Amino acid sequence: MAEQLICITCPLGCRLEVERLPAGGLSVSGNRCTRGARYAEEELLAPKRVVTATCRALPEDRCRVPVRTAAPFPKEKAGDLIRLLYSLEVRLPVRRGDVLVPDALGTGIPVIATRTLD
Amino acid sequence: MRELSYDAAVIGGGAAGMAAALEIRAAGLSCVILEREDHLGGILLQCVHNGFGLIEFDEELSGPEFAERMEERFRASGADAYLGVTVMDVEDAGDRKVLFGYSAEHGILRVSVRAVVLAMGCRERNRGNIRIPGARPAGVYTAGLAQRLVNMEGYLPGKDAVIIGSGDIGLIMARRMSWAGAKVHGVVEILPYPSGLTRNIVQCLHDFDIPLYLSHLTTGIFGGDRVESVEIAPIEDGAVRFEKAFRIPCDTVLLSVGLVPENELSKKMGVELNPMTNGPWTDSRMMTNVPGIFAAGNVLHVHDLVDYVAEEARRAGAACARWIRGEGPGRELRVKAGPNVRYTAPCRVGPESPNKLYLRTLIVKNDAVLEVRLDNRVVQSRKKAHIQPSEMISVTLDPKDLAGAGPDSVLEIAIL
Repeated sequence: MAEQLICITCPLGCRLEVERLPAGGLSVSGNRCTRGARYAEEELLAPKRVVTATCRALPEDRCRVPVRTAAPFPKEKAGDLIRLLYSLEVRLPVRRGDVLVPDALGTGIPVIATRTLD
Repeated sequence: MRELSYDAAVIGGGAAGMAAALEIRAAGLSCVILEREDHLGGILLQCVHNGFGLIEFDEELSGPEFAERMEERFRASGADAYLGVTVMDVEDAGDRKVLFGYSAEHGILRVSVRAVVLAMGCRERNRGNIRIPGARPAGVYTAGLAQRLVNMEGYLPGKDAVIIGSGDIGLIMARRMSWAGAKVHGVVEILPYPSGLTRNIVQCLHDFDIPLYLSHLTTGIFGGDRVESVEIAPIEDGAVRFEKAFRIPCDTVLLSVGLVPENELSKKMGVELNPMTNGPWTDSRMMTNVPGIFAAGNVLHVHDLVDYVAEEARRAGAACARWIRGEGPGRELRVKAGPNVRYTAPCRVGPESPNKLYLRTLIVKNDAVLEVRLDNRVVQSRKKAHIQPSEMISVTLDPKDLAGAGPDSVLEIAIL
């Protein structure tokens, strides 16, 4: 069965039709350039997102600490990561780029603070 | 009263204000930012998602990172910033402008400068602006306010949300509300196409299976003390089909129905506004009709990327510095928004220098052509694989494109 995707590599937004081949791999149509095929491959076989959230700051009366994964993160684990980040407490001060979670859910990808709060 | 004197003042310390100030300092002039909030960075600090900075920093950053890196450049430039200062009035005192601001910390500030860059940004349109009928329950927020509540203050405005309007902030908030534990039951858009970027449709709606109701009018908000439902009706062949209206139960409504440049102060100064953008008319140097008053960023016209805001504000800052140094404007040509072009900013070009314009189209089209005509003669023609109103288009015009322009020449930009 063909799956439908919209390529978001550029503003063109090609409507892609992707078929999983019995031998493995994908057959992609509807893309106007090779980047579309690459996008479909990544999006169907190993989709990733940069996950962002804010964490509670301690002491509590301060603005929340914005955080993100330092690299695109496996999409199927994003929900679990979000739950983890929303329950995290960060003691101030924190500097932009500080590693708050060194290895998020065993992916090897760190979560970093994205704002300096003293 | 505290008295200050600088070559230039920038009103607003967001991305536009900091970028303009950087260029003014780079030209060797003194500069001060007057910022209403107690921090620099403006709205970027609540935009904790990523996707900022690909042009300005050649990296994909979150909003707070973009703001902080701009602030580091700004601090290194030696410009000053006064925070928590609201500018109330700007007086024209011959060859100087006098700004009056107040703050809890400094009391009344009197700032005397040669020139001013307006960089106050924009604000959200709300329910009153689009006249949604129905009850007046609690639970109706603009998307940006909800963004601030969730991302900075740690409050979730509700558990079951409907988002009216498919602007980028609404789409970003559909994802954020879902991540924060709420259920988003739909995004309602009156137009037949989304108002936000395709990237956000895919990553903020499709990823969470949130329905997008295109060509649907919101016909009512219902509830007592709290929102209970939103009623929407399809638009078919230009007519609202009220008999097909249906209700979506929810406890929260987020509005993402456009942004308006914040120009109350500009109007007080006698700055004339373009009704297509609600921002000032400017010449090719981004100077308004009031000599010495420049404008850039979302106060001039609403941008879709902060990188474009910074780029435009850098040009305004550099032009402001040249004006203070006494460099004249040279000749100017009027730019006409031709077929399928909603507006261009700025709306004038200088035939003797390179020019950059931003414009928005009125249509959604693949394989379009952008045409620049000087007195009906095509001087530039560029293929555009895809255009849509939500994606700003930039045009660069060199002196060779504008050679042969006479005093009454008109430059027209069209999309075909």
